[in-house]
Amino acid sequence: MPILETKGLTYTYSPGTPFEKTAVDHVDLSISEGELIGVMGHTGSGKSTLIQHFNGLLRPTSGQILLEGKDIWEDKTKIRDVRFKVGLVFQYPEYQIFEETVYKDIAFGPKNMGLDENEIKRRVLETASDIGLREELLERSPFELSGGQKRRVAIAGVMAMEPKVLILDEPTAGLDPAGRDKILSHIKAYHERTKNTILIVSHSMEDIAGFADRILVMNHARLFCCDEVKRVFGRAEELTEIGLDVPQITKVFMRLRQKGIDFGKEVYTVGYAKELLLRELRERGRL
Amino acid sequence: MENIIEIKDLHFSYNNAEDGSGEKPQEVLRGIDLTIGEGEFVAVLGHNGSGKSTLAKHINAILLPTQGSVTVGGIDTTDEERIFELRQCAGMVFQNPDNQIVSSIVEEDVAFGLENMGVPYEEMRKRVDDSLRAVGMYDYRLHSPSQLSGGQKQRVAIAGIIAMQPRCIILDEPTAMLDPQGRREVMATIKQMNREKGITIVLITHYMDEAAQCERVVVMDKGLVVMDDTPRAVFARVDRVKEIGLDVPQATELCWELRRAGVDIPGDIITEEECAEALEKIFG
Repeated sequence: MPILETKGLTYTYSPGTPFEKTAVDHVDLSISEGELIGVMGHTGSGKSTLIQHFNGLLRPTSGQILLEGKDIWEDKTKIRDVRFKVGLVFQYPEYQIFEETVYKDIAFGPKNMGLDENEIKRRVLETASDIGLREELLERSPFELSGGQKRRVAIAGVMAMEPKVLILDEPTAGLDPAGRDKILSHIKAYHERTKNTILIVSHSMEDIAGFADRILVMNHARLFCCDEVKRVFGRAEELTEIGLDVPQITKVFMRLRQKGIDFGKEVYTVGYAKELLLRELRERGRL
Repeated sequence: MENIIEIKDLHFSYNNAEDGSGEKPQEVLRGIDLTIGEGEFVAVLGHNGSGKSTLAKHINAILLPTQGSVTVGGIDTTDEERIFELRQCAGMVFQNPDNQIVSSIVEEDVAFGLENMGVPYEEMRKRVDDSLRAVGMYDYRLHSPSQLSGGQKQRVAIAGIIAMQPRCIILDEPTAMLDPQGRREVMATIKQMNREKGITIVLITHYMDEAAQCERVVVMDKGLVVMDDTPRAVFARVDRVKEIGLDVPQATELCWELRRAGVDIPGDIITEEECAEALEKIFG
């Protein structure tokens, strides 16, 4: 059974006014438990509107969102439970930190869930370790930390609620390459430990390429595709047309194909490209 | 080529005022020597905390040196009498477009700096229109900035700077919060300002592909300039660049990996065109 599903999901902003705009238009999606999904789309494509439906921040104009097979809006009073099951980390989440210590900030969500102190402690320690925050940082004020560390505190705060589905909206925005790799590797480690479903919104194809199982692409309020990474990058030309960037390495192989040298359409990481080219050279006896 | 920016032995520490904590202030800039010629297009790279934004803030006197000197267009940044002249000469664009827009109408926002300078109406009207045309935002002159995309807002911010006719624009990660489309728009605008108006550009960025489009790349690490060369020469030193915690373009990385495996391919490739051509020679 899929963990998260949408059926004909449609959302219209300001219906009946001159500003009426359909941001999500009849989206049908099915996400299985444990998947790691990259979400892409240009600004205004509807991806943020879409993910805000997954934990009930927005209520569809029409259509359904099913969590573990149940319509999340079936009983409006249960929507709080949905928000515990589906955790959403917004863009620049470090601006939402407010507690006196790192520990208290991470513990805020679990506390609101009404968990006991021992359980809260276990979760804070576990997620802090997952996200790479050393234990001695826990008693420090989060405001003394670096930008990258603050962001990890904010992410840990949502992870500590142990949501079945974790959604991160551009978790690497504004970070340098080292900070970016660090956050992504910690998210990956968390995924491996918990086997929870994760959705990551990113503009960086290069980030997502080596990372996700499937990529969901939104374009003009519609679902452009939700498919395996290699199949999505196989449509590199179309992705460029709808305003997305494909990894530079994919562009190199697109150019080669135009020159009549075809290595297939599925090259999207440097490692894969290297292996592919070296194998070819060996086969030709030139290495 | 005349030097527009001259930085000599620049040191800077935050909290250098006595705060009674007895802690030794940490030096963020530890002796920077850098000159930039009029009309150059320079990228500054460095990981978070390397001091690159601190350096940028010295160029238009938002910060002043603890030691050493910064001269822009012949004006020393510590010369308080000439600070407005200096800021008119060197304009700054920041990362977050929402933090630098002040008006509720695009053209008023662009006029803001000019109004402060006391530019006469006729002249102001002309400069605002010209600047908006230059960044491709003239059709949006009567829109509210809130209706614009991030890339469009950044272009409005750039228009506000060029209306003041600066000789130099410093951009501190202007594309960090933008999507690929917005990034392309802003990069195209910056390049055009450099090419057509001869404005000196200092672009601080995390994006290696943006740096690869510049003429010169300055790499900072731990408060010092550690590399200063053409993008080709900088990225050719893949090991060194990675050691500093930065990336190289994927095309460069692929060629470097292939060279290490014994393939005869140039070591100074930075664009996808060059990479595809080099691979064509081998596999074609």
